[in-house]
Amino acid sequence: MKPPRDHAHAATPASPDPAQGVIEEVEVRGHIIDSLMLPKILDRILLVGASFEIRECKIGERRTDPSYARIAIRAHDPSALAELVGDLVEHGASPVHSEDATTVLADIAGAFPEGFYSTTNQPSQIRVKTRWIDVENQEMDCGIVVDHATPRARCVPMCRVEVGMPIVVGHSGVRVSPLERPREASGFGFMNSTVSSEKPKAIGVRSVVDAIRSTRAEGKKVLLVGGPAIVHTGSAMHVARLIRAGFIQTLFAGNALATHDIEQAIMGTSLGVSIKDGQPIEHGHEHHLRVINMIRRLGGIEQAVDSGLLTTGIMYECARNHVDLVLAGSIRDDGPLPEVITDVLAAQDRMREALEGVGFALMVATALHSIATGNLLPARVKVVCVDINPATVTKLADRGTFQTIGLVTDVEPFLRLLAEELAPGT
Amino acid sequence: MSNPSPPRILMCPPDYFGIEYEINPWMNIRQGADSDRARDQWRLLRETLLDLGAQVRLLEPKPGLPDLVFTANAGLVYRDRFFASRFRYGVRMGETPFFIEWAQAEGFQVETTPDDYHFEGAGDALFCGDTLFAGYRLRSDARGHQWIGERLGVEALPLELVDPRFYHLDTCFCPLERDLAIYYPGAFDEYGRAVLKDQIPRLIEVAPEEAISFSCNAVVVGRTVVLNEGAPKLARDVAAMGFATRPLAFSEFIKSGGSAKCLTLRIDGEEAAGWKAPSAVDTKKDTHSRV
Repeated sequence: MKPPRDHAHAATPASPDPAQGVIEEVEVRGHIIDSLMLPKILDRILLVGASFEIRECKIGERRTDPSYARIAIRAHDPSALAELVGDLVEHGASPVHSEDATTVLADIAGAFPEGFYSTTNQPSQIRVKTRWIDVENQEMDCGIVVDHATPRARCVPMCRVEVGMPIVVGHSGVRVSPLERPREASGFGFMNSTVSSEKPKAIGVRSVVDAIRSTRAEGKKVLLVGGPAIVHTGSAMHVARLIRAGFIQTLFAGNALATHDIEQAIMGTSLGVSIKDGQPIEHGHEHHLRVINMIRRLGGIEQAVDSGLLTTGIMYECARNHVDLVLAGSIRDDGPLPEVITDVLAAQDRMREALEGVGFALMVATALHSIATGNLLPARVKVVCVDINPATVTKLADRGTFQTIGLVTDVEPFLRLLAEELAPGT
Repeated sequence: MSNPSPPRILMCPPDYFGIEYEINPWMNIRQGADSDRARDQWRLLRETLLDLGAQVRLLEPKPGLPDLVFTANAGLVYRDRFFASRFRYGVRMGETPFFIEWAQAEGFQVETTPDDYHFEGAGDALFCGDTLFAGYRLRSDARGHQWIGERLGVEALPLELVDPRFYHLDTCFCPLERDLAIYYPGAFDEYGRAVLKDQIPRLIEVAPEEAISFSCNAVVVGRTVVLNEGAPKLARDVAAMGFATRPLAFSEFIKSGGSAKCLTLRIDGEEAAGWKAPSAVDTKKDTHSRV
């Protein structure tokens, strides 16, 4: 049987904006296929400019078997949604009733109660006193702490649990709104399929340029998560250009990126190799240690810039342009530089704080910092991961940062093109 | 249909029939209905049904319940089960206890739809073959039909009624045989029309000018269709399918929004109901494709 309208494109309509709007689930059961009730309900949703996602659908095998569909409806505002749901009830749909979220008071600091609800990075809501409220600070692998008085709810990492916090347990009264995949005919849509080195790089760069421009136009911040290969490959100057031109507001890195950037600025080498001619310099392997020592003697990068020791490079531009810089330490760090946060939990907290207002994340040539950042990012933040190794991109997506778009390429030509496009002639 | 026992039909004498309220576009309190003429028309229907070999059972009329005469709205019959009506309008809710009382006395297992599902009986739910076609929106709720379909284990297909003049399914649709029905397309939306065309192999369209005089609101007894007078085209069409017609006058009941079918409830199941002949299962339909 042919339904009166074609639903080939209906499951992913363009409006409303997937990051906005309100969602309500309805279910419809019975002979919803033969009676055309399901297509009719879907048509009615689209007719008023709302969108839907079929979250569950069981089709009866025999003619007499009833079928079942659970449909999430997204509308622009609560009153439009209520009106639409009321209309759909007339046509045989029923709202999916759920209960308030259950909370249990934390009995131990730094641990959740047993059976705690484990969060995803997708926008979530919980039901408190029959009302659905948004969960703030959305982050994967956390719990949800509820303030019943306000009422407000936010994600809380395990180690930050305090005795007496009401923590959500079980799944009832919690709903997640999966983000719709981007549908626009942009380079991102094109690249969304798989990670591959065999894709036109220019389209990838253009897409990143567009994403950075639109993020800035929306008044949101651009985050760069970078590894030391940026410096080793001679790309520090491109990043410096981007910072100068105001396209990077936040930078996450480790001791290595900062150290080699300063090494290059002061000594002209990266890991002892001359950036100009690629030749190892005698005693070059000591350069990075000598640089770290200089900075430590001065008290920090800021002081090195103020004293006139540091006059170029990424760290210099960060200091001059008030980039929110978070350097997170690791067990193999030399020094480290005074700015490096060596307590990983403190580093995580500092990164969480710095992610406020970030609308786009560019992760370049670092697996560990990318995964660490991906873990903290809500799914609505677009992520582009650039690496010469496809496995880095795959790892990031496999660890739950599914919104990642991968570009498999050498970072130097990528960053050079990016800087030329965004900051020509600087 | 090789039904050995004679057709059994429930009717209620129009002793207290009248237009005392307005719950459909046909009703007009000021216009009223002529009670003598109504009694004559009702008697003629009863005599016609008896003449066709049916047994007519009578429900005792009650003062203050003018529409009790429309026994089609008592409930839905399925074998020995009776799903009692849950009327949308308060003015008819008082009828339900009497219908339930009758059904229990008749030996039916009586069931009721959940509180918030309106359901107006055989007025809105008609079997054609193995499928229960069900009208919704104006009087009955789609969810109530789906609930009944699930309870009975039959396919129930809710059809939206979009023209308030055809407020019950039996005002615009009448199954004659398991694969044959008459219907007025204008009472349904495009989905409903698509469903009917897809599900019923032989469909006779009723012209608007004949549909408006309630010609779809017909009683089928064997190979005879009893309907309101003034539908010559439809009479020709059903004759071509091998059915005789008995046109009668129902002017007084039409003033209240009812005609032949509304005045009757088929106790032993309509002629077109597939479950009346359990041995004759249409296997072709079981492989019906779903999209």
